[in-house]
Amino acid sequence: MKKVHITDHVILLLGVFFMVTPVVLAFLTSTHDAITIYKNGIQFVPGDKFLENYETVLFQAGGFTKKVNGLVMLKNSMILGLGFAIGKIVISMLAAYAIVYFRFPMASLCFWLIFSTLLLPLEVQILPSYEIVQSLGMVNTYSGLIVPLIASATGTFFFRQFFMSVPDELLEAARIDGAGPWKFFKDILLPLSKTMIAAIFIIMFVYGWNQYLWPTLITTDESLFTLVRGIKQILQVWVGAQIPAFNQAMALTILAIIPPVLVVVIFQSWFVKGLVESDK
Amino acid sequence: MKKVQFQSRWMPYLLLLPQLSIVTIFFLWPAAEAVRSSFYLEDPFGFSSTFVGFDNFIDTLTSTDYGRVARFTALFTFFVTFLSLGIALLLAVKADKVLRGASTYKTLLMWVYAVAPPVAGLIGVLLFDQHVGPMVDFFAMFGWPMQIGVDAFDTSFAMIVTAVWKQIPVNFIFFLSGLQGISKSVQEAASIDCRSGFRRFWTVTFPLLAPTGFFLLIINITYAFFDTFGIIDVIVKNEPGNNPVTLVYKVYLDGFRGNDLGGSSAQSVILMAMVFVLTIIQFRLIERRVHYT
Repeated sequence: MKKVHITDHVILLLGVFFMVTPVVLAFLTSTHDAITIYKNGIQFVPGDKFLENYETVLFQAGGFTKKVNGLVMLKNSMILGLGFAIGKIVISMLAAYAIVYFRFPMASLCFWLIFSTLLLPLEVQILPSYEIVQSLGMVNTYSGLIVPLIASATGTFFFRQFFMSVPDELLEAARIDGAGPWKFFKDILLPLSKTMIAAIFIIMFVYGWNQYLWPTLITTDESLFTLVRGIKQILQVWVGAQIPAFNQAMALTILAIIPPVLVVVIFQSWFVKGLVESDK
Repeated sequence: MKKVQFQSRWMPYLLLLPQLSIVTIFFLWPAAEAVRSSFYLEDPFGFSSTFVGFDNFIDTLTSTDYGRVARFTALFTFFVTFLSLGIALLLAVKADKVLRGASTYKTLLMWVYAVAPPVAGLIGVLLFDQHVGPMVDFFAMFGWPMQIGVDAFDTSFAMIVTAVWKQIPVNFIFFLSGLQGISKSVQEAASIDCRSGFRRFWTVTFPLLAPTGFFLLIINITYAFFDTFGIIDVIVKNEPGNNPVTLVYKVYLDGFRGNDLGGSSAQSVILMAMVFVLTIIQFRLIERRVHYT
């Protein structure tokens, strides 16, 4: 039915060029030494300083206090991404289960309290949020970094939608067989939700890994920096130098990009499913 | 709600406890605090505060700086939304059409989703850098001497390009899945009735994609408002003086740099009202989609 013209491929290739080139250039930059880049501009071919640059940013301590290197930031990013994704899934599944499968007084009040969070992103009320977390003594802690980000009910909303689509007959049958709420959740609902959990996990991991503003405010201790948060800080020290270390900055950039991109590309079908269905 | 439900005196509350406590402490409390302090004037050291009524709002809305930032935010949002939606729609239509290499195109066009906004900003800074950036050399060929960080127009241009680059994948994924959801029989009927592929797209495919488009419009406006924070922060490099910034960035600047608690909170409340309106529109759209599709 559909005739494919050569122009269709040309347009797609232009699109791919636009999307891919910036990151390729960033990678190529990370394989040269700073002086070459400073003298001749960005290089379009790979250089010979790949190992050297990546070794420097991964293992050599940088920053103001010399307490942080790429490896530490990589670990912190992992903790933030995994902690956020797992915490969010556990908490929102429990809440959604209560909302969909239980009849109890004040159910609709709880529902609206939780879903009011969908109205406002954290950025809008950033100052009072910071002050409250600070007064609770959670600045420069992993829990202060992760827990406030979980407040938004996107996950709960998603699991609620999914639980609503599970046929009622399953619960009826389970109850006839004498299953209680916990057994029904563990033996029927959880196995049914496997794909959904995987999809949400990927999206939440990427979301947590990529957080910037909140980590910038909450972590001032360099040993708690994530990659996304730390790049700019460390860049200030380097770019302030006489010859800006674009090579090392880009090496850190590439390190910050690789894990979430790998997750998205490898689990592509889950990711697309989760994204398209969760945002409805 | 479900027809059959469990009954338990304590279990639902226990299940809701973690979520409800996090929501109360880290969402409802700060929101209430933002509204409260928008009516107070606090001295920079936080020792005392006076009730000033709507003064903070009046000061904010009448300041020329706020007007400038609001205008930039509107323009920025407009360009980011329409460029990223337009480019993504074009790419999705083409990717839906080709058979050979379709999945490779799809992967290559969507992976940028996983790049964090400030990281995208950093790559933007590299490409538009005065000394080493290839984009500066490129535009110099057309007689456009780009000066990012010095010239407000050039800086805005770099911000918009970076923000669009980062947002294309989301729109592409939604448009593509929308296109793939259009039934084969509708497409075949259309191609019998109308030979021009271009007209077929505007009269048949485009209206069928409209719900996805409206939904994405809201998503993109929210993105341009809030999620571009990282891009802007990296590109202005701590020198927001003459550089264009968005409303959300100004909330952060006035609150954390300017120590103007009342003014920053008043801006937060104004933003809350805007987001509230957007969300209501979004919910109504979703309702409609659920009922009629």
